[in-house]
Amino acid sequence: MFETLSHLALQQYWWVIISLLAALLVFMMFVQGGQSLIYNLAKNDEDRDILLMSIGTKWEITFTTLVTFGGAFFASFPLFYSTSFGGAYWVWMAILFCFVIQAVSYSYRKSPANFLGQKTFDAFLFINGLGGTILIGTAVGTFFNGAMFSVNEMNFSKWETPYGGLEAVLNYHNVALGLAIFFLARIIALMYFRISIDDKVIFDRTKKHLAINVIPFLVFFLLFVIALMFKPGYAYDAQGFVKVEPYKYLHNLLELPVVTVVFLGGVVAVLWGIFTAYFKDSKKSIWVAGPGVVATVFALFLFTGLNNTSFYPSTFDAQSSLTIVNASSSKFTLTAMSYVSLFVPFVMAYIWYVWKQLSKTTIDRELAKNDYH
Amino acid sequence: MIESVDMSLVDWSRAQFALTAMYHWIFVPLTLGLTFIIAIMETIYVKTGNPEWGKITRFWMKLFGINFAIGVATGIILEFEFGTNWSKYSWFVGDIFGAPLAIEGIMAFFLESTFIAVMFFGWGKVSKKFHLVSTWLVAVGSNLSALWILVANAWMQKPVGMQFNPETARNEMVNFWEVALSPTAVNKFLHTISSAYVLSAVFVIGVSAWYLLKNRELVFARKSIIVAAIFGFLTSVYTIGTGDGSARHVAKDQPMKFAAMEGLYNGQEGAGLVALGVFSSSETDPKNENLKDFAMKIEIPNILSYMAFMDWNAFVPGIHDLIDGNEKQGIMSANEKIERGKVALAKLKAFKEARKSGDKELAEKLKTEFLAKNFQDNYFKYFGYAYITDTNQLIPNVPLLFYSFHIMVGIGMFFMFLFIYALYLIIRKKAIKHKLFLRVAIWSIPLAYLASQAGWIVAEVGRQPWVIQDLMPTMAAVSHISTGAVQTTFWLFTIIFTTLLIAELRIMFRQIKNGPNS
Ligand code: HDD
Ligand code: HEM
Ligand code: HEM
Repeated sequence: MFETLSHLALQQYWWVIISLLAALLVFMMFVQGGQSLIYNLAKNDEDRDILLMSIGTKWEITFTTLVTFGGAFFASFPLFYSTSFGGAYWVWMAILFCFVIQAVSYSYRKSPANFLGQKTFDAFLFINGLGGTILIGTAVGTFFNGAMFSVNEMNFSKWETPYGGLEAVLNYHNVALGLAIFFLARIIALMYFRISIDDKVIFDRTKKHLAINVIPFLVFFLLFVIALMFKPGYAYDAQGFVKVEPYKYLHNLLELPVVTVVFLGGVVAVLWGIFTAYFKDSKKSIWVAGPGVVATVFALFLFTGLNNTSFYPSTFDAQSSLTIVNASSSKFTLTAMSYVSLFVPFVMAYIWYVWKQLSKTTIDRELAKNDYH
Repeated sequence: MIESVDMSLVDWSRAQFALTAMYHWIFVPLTLGLTFIIAIMETIYVKTGNPEWGKITRFWMKLFGINFAIGVATGIILEFEFGTNWSKYSWFVGDIFGAPLAIEGIMAFFLESTFIAVMFFGWGKVSKKFHLVSTWLVAVGSNLSALWILVANAWMQKPVGMQFNPETARNEMVNFWEVALSPTAVNKFLHTISSAYVLSAVFVIGVSAWYLLKNRELVFARKSIIVAAIFGFLTSVYTIGTGDGSARHVAKDQPMKFAAMEGLYNGQEGAGLVALGVFSSSETDPKNENLKDFAMKIEIPNILSYMAFMDWNAFVPGIHDLIDGNEKQGIMSANEKIERGKVALAKLKAFKEARKSGDKELAEKLKTEFLAKNFQDNYFKYFGYAYITDTNQLIPNVPLLFYSFHIMVGIGMFFMFLFIYALYLIIRKKAIKHKLFLRVAIWSIPLAYLASQAGWIVAEVGRQPWVIQDLMPTMAAVSHISTGAVQTTFWLFTIIFTTLLIAELRIMFRQIKNGPNS
């Protein structure tokens, strides 16, 4: 069935898949958000155990989503993989370090003879929560703001600054996205704690922390979106020639009405979720805000790659900019991979099923005391 | 395309990849095998309802969990390292190589990480049956992840199912099944997972032996040994069989690796197998320090020819034949291959020039010539040789390969007898008293890890100087970054992985000391 599609249609299909994975990843980063709250929301060790127990069954899925996002990007747009990872070396390495220390912490923090001590592993989780979200967000900011690299006629790329990607923090717009994602992850985490933990004390604290995190989230998110609408973007024509187009993202907003509806719907859902969580003490606001996050990020990613937009512009040499056309895999590979993508709904279905089975018992103090594995 | 490559950058990048891969491989084999052993134990538990088996299952599961976490931590680095450190490689072969990595994520890692949550947090929350199914799914998931990554690795050893596209300057996939089901990949998968099962069986027997030696947990240990010894015996026979298959594939596709594994300098008809050998410090060729004489060796005549080509008298090329060529046997010299590689590269460059200058006609003509079958088979086939400046670069580290290979094979044979002997003792109900056996069983655990790492050294160091056999040398694959950056991350990884390894070992030892009743 995929054989009949054109190369361009496949490239677009794969950009949609990448966008979906990115959206799911940002939503799943409530795990990181939760980890970044273990010193504020928890007042003692027992509280901390409860919080980590509740996200402890989920962190692997976030991790795997990140890994799969990387793998899928490699398979579908290998030029991005070789350009960005090899170029923004320090940024990606910093992200990787944040995730390496996370992977062991859940299972080792309470183990006897754990060498570094529980405090260290808890700190690792906090670092992952803080660094993972902000760094990934800032790195994604470069999808809109570009980076300094060149690609030669053999498609070998070269980074044109000596800072290995760290220069991305000099752009306020990248950082605004990083911080918006950080605060968003914490908001979703607070909602997640409400639904998965049966404890009045923690519930009451989530309210205060919602207030603390919502304001910076709104500030950074609005700053990011508004600035995006006014900034120029990199567009390409049928010959693949890239040029700077003023208000490119605003144009995309107007020219892709379906995506715009998804985007606005997502934003409204997130705001509505926050509203019900704060003013109505809703326990289940994650069911509104969560899909809202997915929709918003999904649409943002579609704006970066579709409608003849370069998804990874080069501010060094516009013609080196990466687009879904020039950075993609061959038609054959995209077709083969499209069959594999049919597994994605199946994967999501069994994850859903397993989570439902596991969440039949909510977590409370009693359980956390007895059952910390 | 050929810029002056900074060799120290290449070396540090190799060191970093080797470091992270070898750390990953400390944890992965136990994951691959122990899950199956646990699944078998849990099946017995669910079938018999005997709480003793429940306890056994939970204990091994706990050890599995400790090991699993750090396997995940090291894996993520590897995946991204293809981009960060081998960025030219990622483009040159990404069209083929990226697919297995993506499939691995979608098909295997999610299966593993979803059901592992049931394995650890589901006791008492979900039904026994569902828990058992989850355990089996974790086993299947982890082995599926091995499948896809090994397909990728096998493709580097023997590239198939692709076609070079001069427009994009990369290899593109033309046949998915040829890549996924290449005999090299299938063999590699079977040998690697079965070797992981052997390691896990040795682990279970060794830990149980320790309890027996301490006169603790006697019932638990005996039952664990029964399961592990049967599992281990069957898989060790299979490992030897598939190992033999691996050797045949290497002999056919990577003759230089094969010659180095065997320390065979001069080709022979009816070549003998050096069963045991020690290299002297003198060199047969002063220009290449990897070429050493044997100081002493025990050789079994004709076996090597048979092993490699199923023919007692077949010619097995030695290192010198592969470098200097051997007209009688129809082996091309390395210099000739270099010349041909340069012709292929020059044509690609001419094509790119024509494209750049807008000469469409010339570009089309060159492209047709480039893609012609004759040119592909006789010139492009040696594309990677264009980068080789000195034929000595084509010779991998012979002593390292020879020793690694022989250590692996020796230990593999030994394990088979270890399992047979364990079964014998179990049947005669003697295991508990046989102190020497118990000690040997404990010391076999590090041997299993040694064999396993040695296997990868044979596979990966033996592939040098190629990342993609004959098509891309390591030095052409590396990212355009500073040596200092790679040095820094190398040391950071060393520190962090070593720290985590120490943490892992301490937790593991404590857990074992506490025993299944804690
Ligand atoms: C417990 C571990 C273990 C044991 C006992 C053996 N192997 Fe092995 N071997 C591996 C673990 C391993 C491995 C780690 O799984 C490797 C590394 C790469 C691969 O494909 O599998 C490997 C690779 C490997 C290769 C190189 C494949 C390549 O270059 O692509 C050969 C030729 C053999 N093995 C042959 C054998 C033989 C003849 C054995 C007979 C006893 C044997 N191995 C036992
Ligand atoms: C987990 C088991 C593995 C181990 C222990 C291992 C070991 C090694 C070692 C020792 C090297 C350095 C060789 C040298 O530079 O002399 C290396 C290099 C490399 N390996 Fe592996 N390897 C493993 C699996 C894989 C797999 C599955 C792949 C591909 C899918 C792979 C791809 C590479 C690449 C790209 C390099 C760097 C380039 C090179 O030096 O050739 N490795 N590996
Ligand atoms: C050098 C190439 C390799 C790469 C890039 C790689 C990548 C990864 C990644 C990203 C993970 C974490 C997955 C998660 O999110 O759960 C992982 C774990 C794992 N990998 Fe690898 N891997 C490599 C080599 C291998 C090999 C050679 C095998 C087996 C033959 C293997 C088997 C596994 C298994 C079973 C896990 C599960 C975690 C564990 O064992 O603790 N990997 N790998």
